[in-house]
Parts: sequence; structure tokens; C-alpha cells
Amino acid sequence: MNATAPALNLAPLLEVQGVCKSFRKPDGDQLVVLENVNLQLRPGEIVGLLGRSGSGKSTLLRLIAGLDEPTSGVVGYLGHPVSGPASGIAMVFQSFALFPWLTVLENVQLGLEAQGVAENEKRKRSLQAIDLIGLDGFESAYPRELSGGMRQRVGFARALVVHPNLLLMDEPFSALDVLTAETLRGDFLNLWGEGQLPIKSVLLVTHNIEEAVQMCDRLLIFSTNPGRVVGEIVVDLSQPRNAEDPRFRALIDRVYVEMTARPRGEVRTGPKERFPGTGIGTVLTHVSSNVLIGLIETVAATPYDGKADLPVIAEEQHLEVDELFPAAEALQMLRFAEVEGGDIRLTDAGLEFARSETDERKKLFARHLITYVALAAHVRRVLDERASHSAPKSRFFDELEDYMAQEAAEQTLRTIVSWGRYAEVFAYDDHAQVFSLENPA
Amino acid sequence: MRFDRLPIAVLRTRYVPGGWDVLAFALVFVFLIYCAQAAHGLTGSLARLQATPISLDPWALIGYSARTALRMVLAMVASLIFTFTYATLAARSRRAEVILVPLLDFLQSVPILGFSFTILFFLQLTPGRVAGAELAAIFLIFTSQAWNMAFSFYHSLRSIPDEMVEAARNFQLSPWMRFWRLEVPFAMPALIWNMMMSMSGGWFFLVFSEAITVGHTTVSLPGVGSYIALAIEQKNLAAIGWAIAAMFVVILLFDQLLFRPLNASADWFRLDQEAGFTTSRSWALTMMRRSRFLRLVSEGFAALLRLGMKPRSTHGAPPAGAAQVWRARWVDYAWYTLLIVVGIGAVWRIARFVLEEVPPAEIVRVLLYGLFTLLRVAVLIALASLIWVPIGVWVGLRPRVASVVQPIAQFLAAFPANLFFPLVVSAIVLLKLTPDVWLSPLMILGTQWYILFNVIVGASAIAPDLRYAGENLGVRGWLWWRRIALPAVFPFYVTGAITASGGSWNASVNAEVAAWGTETVRAHGLGAYIADSTAAGDFQRNVLGIMVLSLLVVILNRVFWRPLYARAERKFRIS
Repeated sequence: MNATAPALNLAPLLEVQGVCKSFRKPDGDQLVVLENVNLQLRPGEIVGLLGRSGSGKSTLLRLIAGLDEPTSGVVGYLGHPVSGPASGIAMVFQSFALFPWLTVLENVQLGLEAQGVAENEKRKRSLQAIDLIGLDGFESAYPRELSGGMRQRVGFARALVVHPNLLLMDEPFSALDVLTAETLRGDFLNLWGEGQLPIKSVLLVTHNIEEAVQMCDRLLIFSTNPGRVVGEIVVDLSQPRNAEDPRFRALIDRVYVEMTARPRGEVRTGPKERFPGTGIGTVLTHVSSNVLIGLIETVAATPYDGKADLPVIAEEQHLEVDELFPAAEALQMLRFAEVEGGDIRLTDAGLEFARSETDERKKLFARHLITYVALAAHVRRVLDERASHSAPKSRFFDELEDYMAQEAAEQTLRTIVSWGRYAEVFAYDDHAQVFSLENPA
Repeated sequence: MRFDRLPIAVLRTRYVPGGWDVLAFALVFVFLIYCAQAAHGLTGSLARLQATPISLDPWALIGYSARTALRMVLAMVASLIFTFTYATLAARSRRAEVILVPLLDFLQSVPILGFSFTILFFLQLTPGRVAGAELAAIFLIFTSQAWNMAFSFYHSLRSIPDEMVEAARNFQLSPWMRFWRLEVPFAMPALIWNMMMSMSGGWFFLVFSEAITVGHTTVSLPGVGSYIALAIEQKNLAAIGWAIAAMFVVILLFDQLLFRPLNASADWFRLDQEAGFTTSRSWALTMMRRSRFLRLVSEGFAALLRLGMKPRSTHGAPPAGAAQVWRARWVDYAWYTLLIVVGIGAVWRIARFVLEEVPPAEIVRVLLYGLFTLLRVAVLIALASLIWVPIGVWVGLRPRVASVVQPIAQFLAAFPANLFFPLVVSAIVLLKLTPDVWLSPLMILGTQWYILFNVIVGASAIAPDLRYAGENLGVRGWLWWRRIALPAVFPFYVTGAITASGGSWNASVNAEVAAWGTETVRAHGLGAYIADSTAAGDFQRNVLGIMVLSLLVVILNRVFWRPLYARAERKFRIS
């Protein structure tokens, strides 16, 4: 840890201890979303929670905001356990969550109104916040008259006006286009650096690695299924940070390495183990075959020639971590590539795929799909065995539900349908919700 | 348009009356005077009311219209209060939800005559006074307005985006503030649309709610409905014409002074600009916005709402022990057991009550009547679809035509079937037609328009790109209908058809028995059975008829319309 950070000397603003969160599945089993999460937030720091979608980081943010209760463990704010929405903790939302029927001013005033602040004081503070965040002149506009960036500014003003100690940000820039997001981030960091913001600390949830390195003093890496903090990276660069700075790039590389690392506790014995488990209970993240093919082709082509740095690929292909990681993992599962240490390397089969024509590609993909993805093999086997060569979706859905939550099962089936269709190993009629071996040709 | 909303208006200004104020003033006071006059009748005695018969003099219609309009407004207020409480309870409490939602489903299917018997109760409430009868009339109008409004509100509450709810909680809005600042505005667009539908429903059944006959009790309250009832009894065609004119004026006033401003302001409540043909403009809304007098009034109202907003504790209250117990599972089980026991008891009680009077053979006959009515509804919906879907698509693709057609259709939806009795009954008697066939169109008279409304909306929502692509590929004629137009409007059509079907069942009580003077024609069906049993004051048969009708409607919804709707949603909507 950075010993020079003044934060160390102060009592923690927020202390999360051993927090677990699980939801009850329809069949009565527990689905664990967060497992034994610990974190501390001290005054004066911006901390980033970095992980893929579905890693439970947004759930953690809601627990901290008091919008939900942990199954076990304690969220402590200023030494007291949080057990409901607390004043002093304000939130900025991904979708802005502005009230469309209120003007900018009315939206900003909302929190103060709820606190029963006197009319004059309320107006004064709101206009100040609007001023600060650069919304001058838009007081009487309705949210729908504003662009996305301006809407999120309202979101910030609304959170800042209540003078919270802790500002929670749930992917606040991810619904904005790249340029707008950058401007807004820059403006925020300026105000923060100048000490103009009436807040003590910020907790930022994001899946954008560059954004995290740009903004945060500390990054906590989240793993998926269940969500846990698996790593911590201190960013000891001074603001404003330059994305071209080699040290900045090095940090981004480090984050990629951490995020592609296997979760601790998993023993590795041989090269075979490098591939994630592929029993039929494996949750498959939906990646379109288009993206998979695109990724193989990119990595196979010059200048990469079969081996590439993930951060470089992400930047070149304008892929978010949320798209890149699942795609890389799918290729790994299909034995078309290996992913480790922030790198992706095509296997021989992957290279062969890249060289082939459409028909051969499909055959190769089909072979790998049936061999390495247990669910695909299972579906195919069931269809082969049945006299009708068809089976309802529910048959597989019920089976999957023994292993995973409903949504995950839904997504896994969607993925297998999409891959199966590309490989032409089976067909699916969404209208009748039936898998079959028929080809509509 | 929004000069008054620029930052300067943010500062407090002194109250200076403007041009719009004069108009607003005049309208507000005319309204108050009207209310006072109409309310005057409330305190009178029932004997005097019955001694002064309804007059068919066209001039009397002015007063009658005011009374009718006032009743409608009061019923609408009652419906809103019901909506806000009932639907909120259903949406907030999982336990309440399990019983309140099916109950609402059932209430919605009960025709207005099912509630006629309540007049005996209301009359006893204020013996010898008109007030009881007025309350009964208002209650009956309420029963034709409230249910769909409550449903719409409930659905809206359930579909508020999560992040908005979380924002409201994060900023610690009190439940009262959350209700007025988040939930009501969010539900507004859908609620207004349903209020308009409800108003039409109120008009359609107006004759039943003002001229009430239950057994030996007959009350005719001064109003347009009673006027129509008398005109039919006396075969006075001119009076019918006047009644139509008066209705037209009142509906127009409601539209201009209430619904248009509401609709125009609801546009501000929408999350996104939706594709539709209503870019609402309203002079009345402009007046309300520009008039400082009315703004002062609304600010007073807003201040009143703010009274309930109290600051909350800093760390959020820890859940108390009682709350923990309340959330326990066994409370759930106890509650469901209680509901089941009460349900069984109620069924037992009803069965005994009905069987006391009605032989089992008759129950079979009533079921058969239900099938007759079902057949009628099915054929009529099919016919109406054949006619209105093509027309709706044609209109929907032409926004200018749509803006003309919509208000006309809205007026026609409010048109009580009774007004067509002269035409239909005369035709049937003169041409010796079969009532079983020729009375049927009356059922769909008011409800077919919902098919048209929805298809127009669906057609106007077809993405331009889709139409261009069709043109570009040279898709024309029947292929164009089959591949583009019909699939695009299908989900909307289903929504309209569900409304139309439900409404037609309700309308059957108004359509299977028709009278013109002494001439009465009657079709075989459940509606006629219910209408007759009400007129005869036969409570048992009334309950039986309504139960069968509700049961049929609810079953039809569950096994036919809902799956169809789900399918339409899944198949024809992208993403």
C-alpha cells in the first residue's frame, strides 16, 4: 500500500466486513452472489470496484447504500451498521434515474426536499450544485430535453447537493458515448482535485479498466460466481493522469493479468487444466459467433500472428472488457485459444480455423463444440436418441436449473442455440421452443 | 411555449393578473356555480323528486347535463381515490396482492346491473332523501369506471424502473412523497388513457345508473340518462336527438377541459417520446400554465402534498422485532390458510343462497345462455376485426387522418346502446327479423372502437425503415398485409380485442333486451337473463347470472386472450 497516502491516518468512512449475499432460487436453493467481501474506504480516496457484469459489484453497492440487506456480515458507515438508506451516502446511477416529470432544478432539489430543508436554503444549495456541475442555464429544462451527458450531470448535481460523505457511482459513464464520458470524467476529477466537491470519498463500480485506472486511488478486482474481492491494485500516479504514460499502460496490463488469473485455491496440475470446466452445468456467457470469428481473425492476422495482448486488442477492436473477456473465454473453452497473464494465444485449431473457408470453419467449429462443450454434446445426443429427433427447450432448461439460476440457464441456452446454429449441429424453433435436427434448407 | 419556465420564473414574482387569468377566472366560477346548483338537489326529499317527473323539454337538458356531468366527475374522483389506495396496496404488499388482483379481475367482469341492488342499501342510508339515490347513481357510474383504472395503476407501479425506485430510496423520500413524486407521475400517461376509457364506459351505462329499477323500487334521477330512458319509453325521436346533442356537448367539454390538458401534460411525464399520433396540444393547458391565478392554486396544492414529507433518521431505522416476525414465513402460511377458509365459506354460502330459489336445471340453462352470448361475442369480435383492422392500418399510416378520426371514435365509444334502440327495435319489428341475430350488433357498438384505436396506434408505430424496406423490395398487395402490416399491428390488435371482448360481455346486459315504447325485443342470452332478473328484483337469479358471466369472462381471458397476448409479445416484438 501507498504509505504516503494521507488516507491511512484517518478512521475508515466505510467498513465492509465479511459480507455475503445470496438469493433464493425458485427451487428453494440459495444462489450466492457475494461471498465474504471485505473492504475499507477512508476519507479522501476514490476506490474502484472492477469486475465483469454479473460479478455482484452492483449488488455490493446497493448493500452499502442500504437499499438491500446482506445475508450475513456487516456494512459499517461511520462506525454504525447500515440498515436502510442513510443520509450521507448518495448514489449516481448508470441509467441516470432522473424523474422525467421534474425539471433539472426540481430533480436536484428532491433530496433536500426529502430532508425537509427550508425553501431558501434548498434553492440556494441547488443552484450552487447546478452551477458547480456546469448546468447553468438549464435549471428549467426537463431531462428529456438534455443530451445523455447533461442528464448525467443532473445525476451528479442531485447526489452532490445533499453534501454526502460518500458518493457511490454505479457505472455512471457506461451509458454515455466515449467522448462525452471522457469529458465528464475529466470535469469530475478536476472538481475533486480542487477540493470543490462536498464529498469525502467515492466508491466507483465499473467494468471499464481504463476508466478505473484513470480515476481511482485503489482498485479492487472482483471475481465472478460468486463475487469476491480477489485482488487489490494501488494506483500511485498523480492526477491528472496521462493514458499514454508508460506507467499508466503498465497498470492497465497488471489489471488485465489480475482479471484473467485463475481464482485462488484452484490447483493447476497440467496443461489440460488450463481450460475451464465444461460440464453441462457450466454457465455460458452469450457471445455471438460473429464476435468469436472476428476475434480469431484479428489475433491470427498481422501484427499479432496468433498471440496478442488483451488490452491492446481491446483498444484496437473497441471492445469493452465485458465483451472481450467472455469472447476470449469462449475461445478457450472451445480450445481455439489459451488465455493467461493478460495474453491470448491461438491454438493450432484456432490458427487452422482462421485459414479455412466458411464450410470448413463450420465443420471445425462443430467438432470442437461437440467435443469440448458438454451441453452441446448433450443436446445433440438427446436429439439423436429420440425417434422424433426433436426435444422441447424446457427439457434442457429444467436440467440446467439444477445447476444455475433461471437467468443464467436462459442465457446458457441462448448461447448454445446460437453456437449450435452456426455450427449447424442442431436447429431451434423459438416459436415452438423446440430443438431439432431438421435443417430448414 | 415555456417562457414562464425559464430561470427568471424560478424567482418569486408578484402576482399580476394576465389575459389568461380572466378566462380562467370565468371558467372556474361558472363551474362553481354549476356545482352549487347541481348539489342543491341533493338535500331535497325523495318524495318530491318522484313527484316531479323528468321533462322532455330540450331546455331542461341543460340542467340535466350539469347534474350528469357532476355525477360523472364525482364518480371519477371516487374512482381515483379507489385506484390510489387499492392498487397501491396490491402493489406494495405481496400478501394483499394474491387476493386483490384476482378480485379486481373479477369485479371488472361484473356488469353494471350486478351492482344495481346496492341502491336498496343506499336508499336506506338516507331515508326519504335524494342523497341516497344520488349516491347509488354515483356508485353505479363508479363501478363502470374504477376497475380498469386500478388495473392500469397497479401495472404501472409494478413496472417503475428499478433504478428510479432506488434513487427515491437513496434520497430518502418518505412514502407519501414517493407516491406523489414518483409513482403517480410515472403512472399518469396510462392512467389518463384509462380515465378516458372509463368516461366512455360511464356514458355507455348512463341510462342504467340514473334510471334505476330494481323490483318495485324505481328511481329516476334528473339527468341525461333518465331523459333518454323516458324518451325511449314515450317513443319521442326528437328528444332522443336532443339527448344526443347534449351528450355531444358534454363529452366535448370534458375532452377540451379535462382530458386534452391532462394528455398534453402527461407528455411531460413520459420517459421517452413514444411513437404515437398524439402530439397533444391543448389551449386549456396553455391557459392553466399561463394563468398565474391557477398557478397559485396549484402551488397551494403542492404545498399541501409537501406536508407529509418529514426528514428521516440518519442511519435508517433498524428493523424492529415486530417487523421481523411480520416477515416470517409462517405468517404467509397463516394468511393463505385464512384466505382459503374464507373462500370456501363464501362459495358455500353463495351456493346455498342461489340453490334455495333456483332449480339445478335452470343453472344448466343459464350456462347455455352463456354459450349463446359467447358465440355472439366471438362472431362480433371477428366481424369488427375484419372491418376495423384494415381501416385502422390505413388511418394509422396517415397521421393527419388519424388526428381527425381519433376524437370521433372516442365520442362513438361513449355512445350508449340505448340510443340505437329506436332504430334497431323498429327494424326488427317491421321486418320481422330474428332478435337473436339482429340485436347482437348493439353489444359491440361501444367496444369495437378499441380495436380501431389500438390498430391505429400500432400502424402509426411501424418504423419508417420497415415501410421503406417493404417498398424497396416491392412488397405489395396481399403480401404486404401478410408480411408487414398485420404482424406489425398484431400485438396492438390483441390489446384492443381484449378490451373490446371484455366490454362486449358487459354490454350484453344493455343489448340483449331492447325496448322502444311498449315494443320490447329480446334475444336469448346471459345479458338478457341478468337484465330481466334485475328488473324483477330476483336477487338469486341475478347473482347466478353474474357469476356465470364473470366466470366465463375470466376463463376466456386466462385460456385464450392472455396466451395470445403473450405469444404476440414474444413473436412480433423485436428485442
